[in-house]
Amino acid sequence: MIKNISNLGDAALYCDFGNEVNKSINSQVIKYFKTIKEKKFEGINNLTPSYNKLIISYDLKKTNFKEVKNYVENINAEDSIDINSKKLEIPVCCHENFSMDIKRLEEILKLSREKILENFLNKEYFCYMIGFIAGMPFLGDLDENMRAQRLETPRVKVPKGSVALTEQFANIYTFESPGGWNILGNTPLDVFDSSKEDKPNLINPGDTVIFKEITLDQYKNYNE
Amino acid sequence: MSSNYLDIIRPGINTTFQDKGRDHLYHIGIPFSGAMDNRNYLIANKLVNNNLDSSVIEFAYQGPHIKYSGEKINFAVTGDVIFSIKKKDTEIEGNSYESYQIENGDEINIISTNKSVYGYLALGGEFDLKFQWNSCSINTKANIGSNNGKKLDVGQRINLKKINSNKDIKKISYINTKIENIRVIKGTNFDYFSEEGKKIFYEKEFTVSKLSDRMGMRLEGPKIDNIVNTNIKSEGLIKGVIQVPADGNPIIMLSDHGTIGGYPKIGVVASVDYDRLVQMSPGSKVKFKEINLSDAETLFKLYEMETQNLISQI
Repeated sequence: MIKNISNLGDAALYCDFGNEVNKSINSQVIKYFKTIKEKKFEGINNLTPSYNKLIISYDLKKTNFKEVKNYVENINAEDSIDINSKKLEIPVCCHENFSMDIKRLEEILKLSREKILENFLNKEYFCYMIGFIAGMPFLGDLDENMRAQRLETPRVKVPKGSVALTEQFANIYTFESPGGWNILGNTPLDVFDSSKEDKPNLINPGDTVIFKEITLDQYKNYNE
Repeated sequence: MSSNYLDIIRPGINTTFQDKGRDHLYHIGIPFSGAMDNRNYLIANKLVNNNLDSSVIEFAYQGPHIKYSGEKINFAVTGDVIFSIKKKDTEIEGNSYESYQIENGDEINIISTNKSVYGYLALGGEFDLKFQWNSCSINTKANIGSNNGKKLDVGQRINLKKINSNKDIKKISYINTKIENIRVIKGTNFDYFSEEGKKIFYEKEFTVSKLSDRMGMRLEGPKIDNIVNTNIKSEGLIKGVIQVPADGNPIIMLSDHGTIGGYPKIGVVASVDYDRLVQMSPGSKVKFKEINLSDAETLFKLYEMETQNLISQI
């Protein structure tokens, strides 16, 4: 449930669902997000669900904080639509060409490469949110012994498709961008494709993702 | 092949197609984009008898030098801009907020914006552009929008698919007012900062850094001290949010911002001041002034009425 609603500037509502990061709170956020998105309230435009917050932006020419707050407070998201989640397998190649931070991870986690991959692969991760850059999924939770801080100095360019870790989360860089997460491998799959306007992102909040290892040859032949 | 087109002789520093932007895709990581200075965007379209949501060329600092080929067409420039029009035998200095007619072989040379950042070039007609999510707006970081999501380049040819039959020449007298005080509403993490830090935020002067672009404006000045946590759990951002990372220097989110961020939010720029905020060039001095939500709403209404008034006078 929403614990508190406040304003973020003069054109957005800040809905606070608590401070913890877990599936149950995040599922509430997603339920509200999907309910509001479907109802198309006049003036509401962008919605940004995250771990435990939902930001609702609106067009100040059409509505205002009081109206949107009143509307959101009276929504019944409890018995609304099921969050309609999918289970997806993402191929990942962890060959040394791609696992740019494996040495660093081995040192920080005090685990061997084999053990790190064993801990990471073939497990179910929950998609909490999409964002920062277009289509980037925030997946969790990693095992307790797999949690590393981000790089002290972020890379200027992280290659497209990089699968990377930080704290209890994994993500996928949907296109080349700056970034500071620990890179473990690379997926040949197009996780975000802006030419598909209806469904540009493969993974949606609420989905479950499993990483399956592929070899360098399989990686090279993947898109042929 | 279109018979009406522009050739880019010099593209300028950051020249893109923009319109009203995209307002419903934050949840998949796609920001607003769109014209940075919305008022100047609307005026540009009205001056050339376009629909108000038509595509225009936005430039920053140095603009494009273009050569036009085709039948007669009107164009107008808005913003505080220095430009010239080259016809067969003459070259004249152009004025912003006034439309001109050009014909086959004429050139428009946008030399630079003057003590501001963004300017707009509208042509009386419709560019032949590929839209994504109902917008031509180019986001060069995500390569989204027309022109494959890239800024305009030298040697490029841009086709027009329509030229307005209404070729009335329009003019308006308008001066871009500068502001020294940016009005802000308290952010959701305001209490993360020390008493001294809060005082600095509202009382001291900050300088706009060179590291500013369509994604964000970085400010330099006295450090704002955080006493709670320099990171928060990542959450949504909107245009105008002022984040303060661990180094204590504020960053204001602008139209192409990342949709999610993990730095504490000390404030949010009031919508009324957004158009003028984005026009502050590197080296400009900024001071923040706190206002409450209801004043921010009223001020925006007045600003919007003024914009509508200006447009209806054209």
